[in-house]
Amino acid sequence: MAQAATASVEEHGHTSTGVSNWKVGFWTFIASECLFFGTLISTYMVYKGRAVVGPYPEEIFDVLHTTISTTVLLFSSLAFVLALHATQQGKKGIAILWLFFVIAMGAGFLYMEGTSYLKYIDYGLTLGSSTFGSAYYVLTGTHKVHVILGMVWIGALIWLLFRGRIPPAKSEQVEIAGLYWHFVDIIWIVIFTLVYLIQ
Amino acid sequence: MSTIGLETPVGREATAHHEEDTGFWSWITTVDHKRIAIMYFVAATAFFFIAGLKALVIRAQLMFPEQTLITPELYNQFFTMHGTTMIFLVAMPMAVAFFNYLVPLQIGARDVAFPRLNALAFWIFLFGGIYLNSSFLVGAAPHASWVGYATLTSPEFSPGQNTNFWLIGLSILGIASIMGGVNFITTIINMRAPGMKLMRMPLFTWMTLVTSFLLITAIPVIGVALIYLGFDRLFGTVFFQPAGGGDPVLWQHLFWIFGHPEVYILILPAFGVISDIIPTFSKKPLFGYPIVVYAGILIGFIGWGVWSHHMFTVGLGPIADSFFVAATMIIAIPTGVKIFNWLATMWGGSLKFTTAMLFCVGLLAVFTVGGLSGIMHASAPVNLQQHDSYFVVAHFHYVIVGGAMMGLWAGLYYWFPKVRGRFLDETLGKWHFWTTMIGFNLTFFPMHFAGLFGMPRRIFTYSAELNVDIYNQLSTVGAFIFGISSVIMVWNIVKSWRSGEPAPANPWGAPHLEWATPSPPHHYNFPRIPTVRSREPLWHKQERDEILAVTMPDPEEEPLMPNPSYWPIVLAAAITLSWALVMTGIWWVIALGILPVILATFMWAFEPAFPEGHGH
Ligand SMILES: [Cu+2]
Repeated sequence: MAQAATASVEEHGHTSTGVSNWKVGFWTFIASECLFFGTLISTYMVYKGRAVVGPYPEEIFDVLHTTISTTVLLFSSLAFVLALHATQQGKKGIAILWLFFVIAMGAGFLYMEGTSYLKYIDYGLTLGSSTFGSAYYVLTGTHKVHVILGMVWIGALIWLLFRGRIPPAKSEQVEIAGLYWHFVDIIWIVIFTLVYLIQ
Repeated sequence: MSTIGLETPVGREATAHHEEDTGFWSWITTVDHKRIAIMYFVAATAFFFIAGLKALVIRAQLMFPEQTLITPELYNQFFTMHGTTMIFLVAMPMAVAFFNYLVPLQIGARDVAFPRLNALAFWIFLFGGIYLNSSFLVGAAPHASWVGYATLTSPEFSPGQNTNFWLIGLSILGIASIMGGVNFITTIINMRAPGMKLMRMPLFTWMTLVTSFLLITAIPVIGVALIYLGFDRLFGTVFFQPAGGGDPVLWQHLFWIFGHPEVYILILPAFGVISDIIPTFSKKPLFGYPIVVYAGILIGFIGWGVWSHHMFTVGLGPIADSFFVAATMIIAIPTGVKIFNWLATMWGGSLKFTTAMLFCVGLLAVFTVGGLSGIMHASAPVNLQQHDSYFVVAHFHYVIVGGAMMGLWAGLYYWFPKVRGRFLDETLGKWHFWTTMIGFNLTFFPMHFAGLFGMPRRIFTYSAELNVDIYNQLSTVGAFIFGISSVIMVWNIVKSWRSGEPAPANPWGAPHLEWATPSPPHHYNFPRIPTVRSREPLWHKQERDEILAVTMPDPEEEPLMPNPSYWPIVLAAAITLSWALVMTGIWWVIALGILPVILATFMWAFEPAFPEGHGH
């Protein structure tokens, strides 16, 4: 009996809302992240027009290039949905395969964005060249750090799946990582819209 | 209302029980919210003395005009670290100590939602605090005040590591605060006992919830500001550098968008504490419970829209100024409403003036003075006169010491018997209270006059011609009396911890669930989870009997609790180290510093949270 009552601690069992602690906690964290990126994006919006020396945004952004990298990142979210589905079905091999695709597309996104950075530096846009440069690199760089952390996390999930430590009953572990990955994607959509499309 | 539950006898001693491990390593590896709370309290009290001693040096330096007891450089470091320490290493973690101890007990849970994360947040806070203070050892303590205004923090005007210690230290502490916020929101939303509806929760738990929301939303904003500052100093960005087109006012906006909610992060826990204590010692339920709850939530919301009242001298224009004047005056309303709720609770009650209650009443008196001076400089024209003067120093000490700290000290006397199973000494307690009241008011009331007569803050000395000697002398005498009061408090804690008078489970006849456990509680809090049917469950005889029947006996088989773990402290050390390495400004060193963090995170993730062999 005392055993049954223990279910209130940490991840398992009954909660007041019926939603698991991990999910409530993670959504709370995402709320916090929204303020974090909100501040970064607002600063960028205020600061891009204050640059007193070039290059200026309209001179250097290649919308087509960024559209492609954005699409790659979007498809990684789709792959993640399929990985979660496979995990819930207990098909760990397929889940691992899809997660590899997610990592590969994340890496593709980083590669394309990295080549953009190099091009912008060639144009003379650096961290210290103007308020636009400072705000642009810190905003998008922070997002890239989030992508990299997501890839490390997914790598750990692949290992756990491989070792058979994520049975369907524990698929929430994959689901939470998915929440994070989708959030990072959505933030990129906002950045893409505000930074690249509306110049 | 039925009879008050004074007759519940059982102290922990009476129900002798299997020995808990209490050795040194058991504290290092603990994930028990009650032990973590005690560690928070001890650490915050230690930092309180460190920062308090700095204040005494500052007061000694200011006792007479044109003294040179310490150099201007050291003076700058002292007032900067006094403020930074008192806010981030004393007032906030002291409140978190109470969150930790009380929230699970008040809502009928066995622990917080994420016990290991809780331990991690504590160790990060402790290491961050030690890192910040270690700056004194290398003679490079932060020196640009606790608000760190640009461009005082620019590489040009603040060369060396001083400001790096500050911005990296605060970033580390911010991580701990966000972890705490996430943990307490999840705990309160998700781990309430059956029947513990939101509108039945004790006010302290409610204010913890509001404060936690403020933490997770306000800290990211200063986090970004600190990242910008770090990039400006280490990697040549121009966020706050006018020479590169940057705007120093951006720092002020970001800092105060965080800074004003921070004021409520400091004060709301104290409001929660006294909202629990006053009803107990008035033997009446809190007057207008829903109004106190809604006022707290409203304060949390409006607190986001008043930040520029710190910036009236910047020249934002009459429209912006008018907006922030109005918003600031509006936020005084819910605060005033709460004061009347507390007074109405006491009205006609059978009052009992224990030390805890004295501190509550003291808070009402002193905090109201701080609130009134706050309304004075909410008016932009008046503000121009008072800005950066000692009037402001008086104001915010009345709010933060007279509000936040007095509330937490009230809570100390009220909940100590629960934590230790012994009372704090009431005679020493009354000495503590009266020396605090006299010392505090003598220190800070004269500062109003010093400020109005033109004494600026953050200046290491003043001219005799200013004619503010007498106010400064009164302040200095007061500060030393205040110092003595703090020694009395610690003496009382140490003495009573060892040999205080034994306390029963519910010594004050209080209404909430934490008092339905033995003093001190079992490490699993509740053998079985009770069911709650009202706001004052222990004040209704039938409900009380039902609850005590499940919470008091020792269980046949102990509930399963999470494993202790070394990884929180290891990971906290790795995180602190990785942030400290940012000071080098070298990319590859910083990148390398992340590796131990990732490694420790993996070890943590793969370690089972619960004892093996329990089928989950
Ligand atoms: Cu304010």
